[in-house]
Amino acid sequence: MLGTINRSFILPVKGEKQMPKADSEYLWNELQPGCVITEPGTSRVYYTGDWRAFYPVLQKERCIQCGICWIFCPDMAYQKDEKGYFIADLNYCKGCGICARECPADAIHMEKEKEI
Amino acid sequence: MRNINAYVVKTLSSREYIAPGHRACAGCGEVLAMRQVQKALGRNVIVASATGCMEIVSSPFPFSSWEVPWIHVAFENAAAVAGGIEAALKVLQRKGKIEGKKIFVAAMAGDGGTADIGLQALSGALERGHNFLFICYDNEAYMNTGVQRSSSTPFGASTMTSPVGSAQIGQLTWKKNMMAIAAAHGIPYLATASPSYPMDLSEKVAKAAKTEGPAYVHVLSVCPSGWGIPSDATVKFGRLAVETGFFPLYEIEEGKYRITVDVEELLPLEMYLKPQGRFRHLKPELIEQISRRVRAEWRELNRKAEEQKEIEERE
Amino acid sequence: MGKYLGMEVSFAAAEAVKLCNVDVVAAYPITPQTHIVERLSQFVADGELDAEFVPVESEHSALSLCVGSQAAGARSFTCTSSQGLALMSEIVYIVPALRLPIVMILANRSLSGPLSIWNDHSDVMSVRDCGWIQLFVENGQEVFDHVIIAYKIAENHNVLLPVMINMDGFILSHMFEPIKLMEQEDVDAYLPPYQPKFVLHPDKPVTMGAYAMPALFTEAKKAQEEALLASYPHILQAWKSWEKVSGRSYHPVETFCSEDAETLFITMGSLGETAGEAVRVLRGQGKKVGLLKLRLWRPFPFHDFYKAIGNAQRLIVLDRAVSYGGPGGPVAGEIRSALYNMENRPQVINFVAGLGGREVSVESFLEMFISSIEGKASGYQLFGVRG
Repeated sequence: MLGTINRSFILPVKGEKQMPKADSEYLWNELQPGCVITEPGTSRVYYTGDWRAFYPVLQKERCIQCGICWIFCPDMAYQKDEKGYFIADLNYCKGCGICARECPADAIHMEKEKEI
Repeated sequence: MRNINAYVVKTLSSREYIAPGHRACAGCGEVLAMRQVQKALGRNVIVASATGCMEIVSSPFPFSSWEVPWIHVAFENAAAVAGGIEAALKVLQRKGKIEGKKIFVAAMAGDGGTADIGLQALSGALERGHNFLFICYDNEAYMNTGVQRSSSTPFGASTMTSPVGSAQIGQLTWKKNMMAIAAAHGIPYLATASPSYPMDLSEKVAKAAKTEGPAYVHVLSVCPSGWGIPSDATVKFGRLAVETGFFPLYEIEEGKYRITVDVEELLPLEMYLKPQGRFRHLKPELIEQISRRVRAEWRELNRKAEEQKEIEERE
Repeated sequence: MGKYLGMEVSFAAAEAVKLCNVDVVAAYPITPQTHIVERLSQFVADGELDAEFVPVESEHSALSLCVGSQAAGARSFTCTSSQGLALMSEIVYIVPALRLPIVMILANRSLSGPLSIWNDHSDVMSVRDCGWIQLFVENGQEVFDHVIIAYKIAENHNVLLPVMINMDGFILSHMFEPIKLMEQEDVDAYLPPYQPKFVLHPDKPVTMGAYAMPALFTEAKKAQEEALLASYPHILQAWKSWEKVSGRSYHPVETFCSEDAETLFITMGSLGETAGEAVRVLRGQGKKVGLLKLRLWRPFPFHDFYKAIGNAQRLIVLDRAVSYGGPGGPVAGEIRSALYNMENRPQVINFVAGLGGREVSVESFLEMFISSIEGKASGYQLFGVRG
């Protein structure tokens, strides 16, 4: 009834930002004075998606494109695609399930991640 | 009430100022609140953060989730640091050392960094009249250190340092009224807000930022792990807090009270308390006792707002 | 080039802050620091100094506010004493870790208890390892000069560290002295406007104060210590260029009659003048006595210190703070460590004196000298204690 699981909407990660080195790779003289982080938003290269036990599945035929999933996502995972659907970026989605619970059209449900 | 925000939320900015990849727990209501607050503040802001959950999850070197300039110094001094930033912008613009465009200054802290250890610095900054916005992300306990009680923990809540035992029912004191304390400083704008009501929150934060002088916004930040609720229930419990009168959404503008999300008939408080792990032990008579006080406070708030309406009508 | 004017030393300090065209002053009143901030407050009220004077609600907020203002690109100043330093000490440690070039005058006063508003060095010694550049001054002129020099050192992009100027409470802060002030243009030529390396501004968002996991913390601390050590040549350079402007020269370790001395007094701060008098008296008696005054306390000037002690056989080290249950006063402990690897190291006799405003006179130094020579004084003793 809910359709097949479609994971093809995992968005590719934008390639413009390089992964900063892990903290354990820094030499002392490579640090900026005061350990200032000079680039904004460097955490976007850190994927929190692997924390997830469940992932959201969107049924586009039910979706009313209201953006509730997007505005209530604590992980900024939802992004609007060119057709106006809000799609979860599974690189970041931690699987909290807020989107599924809050969706006014019941268009999202959570599915269990497969054991790897 | 569930669909109240449907369709309109799309009018909110699509720009994000908190980057994904932060380390907040799944379903964190505090990071959700912070995301919505920063959305409302936009690009031209400098943020001073207290030590706490939001500081930790957004700044493990070298991963910063901040798309706007941000500084963390210590636990109790976010308001003082923000005061310094504000003073610097003021004098540097006056002296022509930097260009004169409007830059908002925001301080942020949890309930501990606001109502407990940060209260003195906050009071000082409010009293001195710095042109800044202080945001309290209230998750009602010291969650970052593992759920210990704060003065903002509600009566009856079980935490690691206000535990339930044979001789104790959990937190024995009533939640500190930070809005009243902040309001007593005579500052021009104060509001409560909840990320479960993004439009209301955005309007208030934008208004607070534009206020000349100090503004205070107290945001209820649901903490699934600390409160003992499922991670998908964050937004729901934020809503229930409002609908039961436990956390009313209102603002105080130049001393005038206004309830921004009206609740015609309060839902039974039990609906909010009972499903939460931290209140699970509460017996019906205790819930009734809490409910009486919540309703009395709700009536008092309504009375203040009504009084305001009457005055305005008379004028 | 300026002229001599009689004024209270605190006022001279405020004059120097004004000449530095400081942008933000945040302070909380504590005796004996008050006259400095009162004066600055008046300068701002009279429009003589275009700065934000922020009368904060505590010393903790005074330094916190300076952290915010300095991080946002404003030249910032605060000053405190004793309990005030103790209250702000949490932030004292954070400032150099953030590499913010704040300048602070510490009007040295005892730490409670019992409560005492009078002078000793227990306040500064409580933050000995905080990572600031720490200087001691001996008179009003040195206070005045070092406020300006401190900004020159601190804001150097090869340094970027806060500087703490230690000035003895009351003995200096409330003393009237002739001070040679500087012309604004000379100060401006010496001290260029503050150019922050990183600044909080929306045009280029940076993250300051990120937290470090164990994998990084050691490297962060190493970087901080290296920065403090690397400040040394820039401190010397700042003094050298100040000499060109003012004609007054300063050194990490100031010496007096030390060349052929067998016994050396070692002092810090205003006691240097009294000790100098005692040395004159003893030299008059044909005693080979000299004096070392430690001006630079952090980074500790090991090289200058070794050079200055020469072939002395005996060091009489004056401490103004107690290290309860420890090996003596903090300064003597430091000096003993510094000497440990020397082959013919001199004997170190440590007097803790002048606590809580107790007078240390020329006679006191003579007495210390005699008891040291006669072997009555050994490792460590409280000087002048009754009973």
